[in-house]
Amino acid sequence: MLRRTFVAGIAFAALTAGGVAYAQDAVKIGMIVPMTGPSSSTGRQQEAAVKLWLAQNGGMMAGKKVELILKDDTGNADMTKRIAQEMVVNDKVHVLLGFGLTPLALAVAPIATQAKVPQVVSAAATAIITEQSPYIVRTSFTLPQVTVPMAEWAAKNGIKKVVTLVSDYGPGIDAEKAFVERFGKDGGTVTESLRVPLRNPDFAPFLQRVKDAAPDAVFVFVPSGFGATFMKQFADRELAKAGIKLIATGDVTDDDLLNDMGDAAVGVVNSHHYSAAHGSPENKAFVEAFKKANNGMRPNFMGVGAFDGMTLIAKAFEKTKGNTDGTALVEAMKGMSWTSVRGPVTIDPQTRDIVQDVYIRKVEKVGNELFNVEFAKIDQVKDPVKAAKQ
Amino acid sequence: MVTILFDGIAYGMLLFVLACGLSVTLGLMNFVNLAHGVFALVGGYVASWLMNRHGVSFFLCLPAAFLAAAAVGAVSERLLFRRLYASSHLDQVLFTIGIVFMSIAAVEYVMGPQQQRIVLPPELRGRVEILGGSIGVYRLFIVALCGVVALALQYLLIGTRFGSRLRAAVDDARTARGLGIEVNTVFAITFAVGSGLAGLGGALGADVLGMDPHFPIKFLVYFLIVVGVGGTTGIAGAFVASLLLGIADIAGKYYVPEVGAFIIYAVMVAVLIVRPQGLFARAR
Repeated sequence: MLRRTFVAGIAFAALTAGGVAYAQDAVKIGMIVPMTGPSSSTGRQQEAAVKLWLAQNGGMMAGKKVELILKDDTGNADMTKRIAQEMVVNDKVHVLLGFGLTPLALAVAPIATQAKVPQVVSAAATAIITEQSPYIVRTSFTLPQVTVPMAEWAAKNGIKKVVTLVSDYGPGIDAEKAFVERFGKDGGTVTESLRVPLRNPDFAPFLQRVKDAAPDAVFVFVPSGFGATFMKQFADRELAKAGIKLIATGDVTDDDLLNDMGDAAVGVVNSHHYSAAHGSPENKAFVEAFKKANNGMRPNFMGVGAFDGMTLIAKAFEKTKGNTDGTALVEAMKGMSWTSVRGPVTIDPQTRDIVQDVYIRKVEKVGNELFNVEFAKIDQVKDPVKAAKQ
Repeated sequence: MVTILFDGIAYGMLLFVLACGLSVTLGLMNFVNLAHGVFALVGGYVASWLMNRHGVSFFLCLPAAFLAAAAVGAVSERLLFRRLYASSHLDQVLFTIGIVFMSIAAVEYVMGPQQQRIVLPPELRGRVEILGGSIGVYRLFIVALCGVVALALQYLLIGTRFGSRLRAAVDDARTARGLGIEVNTVFAITFAVGSGLAGLGGALGADVLGMDPHFPIKFLVYFLIVVGVGGTTGIAGAFVASLLLGIADIAGKYYVPEVGAFIIYAVMVAVLIVRPQGLFARAR
């Protein structure tokens, strides 16, 4: 009793003094992304996006100051888990944000559940992630979500025989499964499914196999950093000349790296939820501000995932009127809708996954730069894996 | 079939140029240099930097990559590696792997984490038909260039006075010193040439293998396999081993993609079971 009075007394003193109590009243966001290592481009994009969001909103959320704690997990799941634990226990963050790769997001799920802290996944894209904890909410995308529209488009556009080629890890296998299933239902055949080891960037033998199988198209998923190497070898091997179309998820033609791929990428048809060339006024302003703040770096889908993560957190705090209770925040996030720079989005109240428009795009040269130019839209796509379970 | 075989040879040749320096330092000089890939990194980055920032032709970038990596090799040999020739293998491993991590971080800090882009000149693009297989011109170029390098190296080692000095220095440094051979200089030159070749390999391979700050770690295993399988008698072993691994890797991934990534390890295990000292082991 005495102790409690004492603490209250100190708190009161601090309040009157300003300063210290200010921090107590702040919204604390713990952001964990890979800032170094092979996935560091994800971290850089997301950091830039979050900083831009803060700059545009005066560093405030629901009338409170935002305190951002950014930590680098180097893409190592053990480290992500340890950092998340420290953030929850020592820093007492109200929300966790980030998670560049699927294993990193999964490692933190038990902490989010136990500590009842919302875990906003703004990058990792394997379908199962949101099922691992009732406190996980996602603002990026799922691979099946963007793959299924690609399969539908292919089946409708005279492509009958496809070979799939994916990187051999969670999201790649997700993409492969989703494509094979949907394309099969729509009357196409997948003659072969190749999985390329993640660490070996020489695609030569796999591409040769694709060439010899002579399908109408090859469907590809590789994580964003590998897109350039892949594209170059695809052109080198003259698959396009052999009449094999390249269709892909937008990870391959990542906006951030697209210009480096050169003309080999022109004409590639792919499906994704965000393009820097998206025509809405919100997006134009966003791209311009992002480039200005980051020395000309173009935002990609990773940046947008984090930007929307901040928007979602802010909206949740507004709805709870500043209540920092984790359960209340997640409840507030469920069903939340807003106009993102990628188009209208909603957090599915059942699955806590994002529902969004998916676009079919083609890489084109606009001025001196390459862009994913959107030419078809599938409205409000839910993650098909979880939709099928319900 | 021809295409696969040829791709395998090209891949093997690249591995050879990248790893032959290591097979000399590790095999002949008995110095465990895990930082060998760093020189390839230097070569690859110098080439892409010259090309993209200064518009230097690809054909000039290659010798530049060689020279830059050789220079870095010579300086670091003098300042860093030489002190460790006499140390235990554990010290060498710890020291060189530390260098790998430092250089990865440094390159990432200065140049960023993304893949480097090498744009091949139009003469090297496209494909030609040979023996009923379609072969990339660039891979043909790799095979030709690396073949010349391999022959030149073999001649340097076997046919010249420098080669015999090197072999003498490796066999028994004390006696060689007694005979008036400047062992330190010989080692320094050898180290520099080996580093330079790795740099050349990095520049040549950037288009095929990719080039990012993690290159030295990604390919470390391949280098060590080449040296392990090739044995320690010199570059002939490394050459045969590289070709074997290159062909096995590409063919494995083509014919059995499900297990493709493991084929080279299977080959390594098989070779080492039959010949624990490597293909071209020195008689003991």
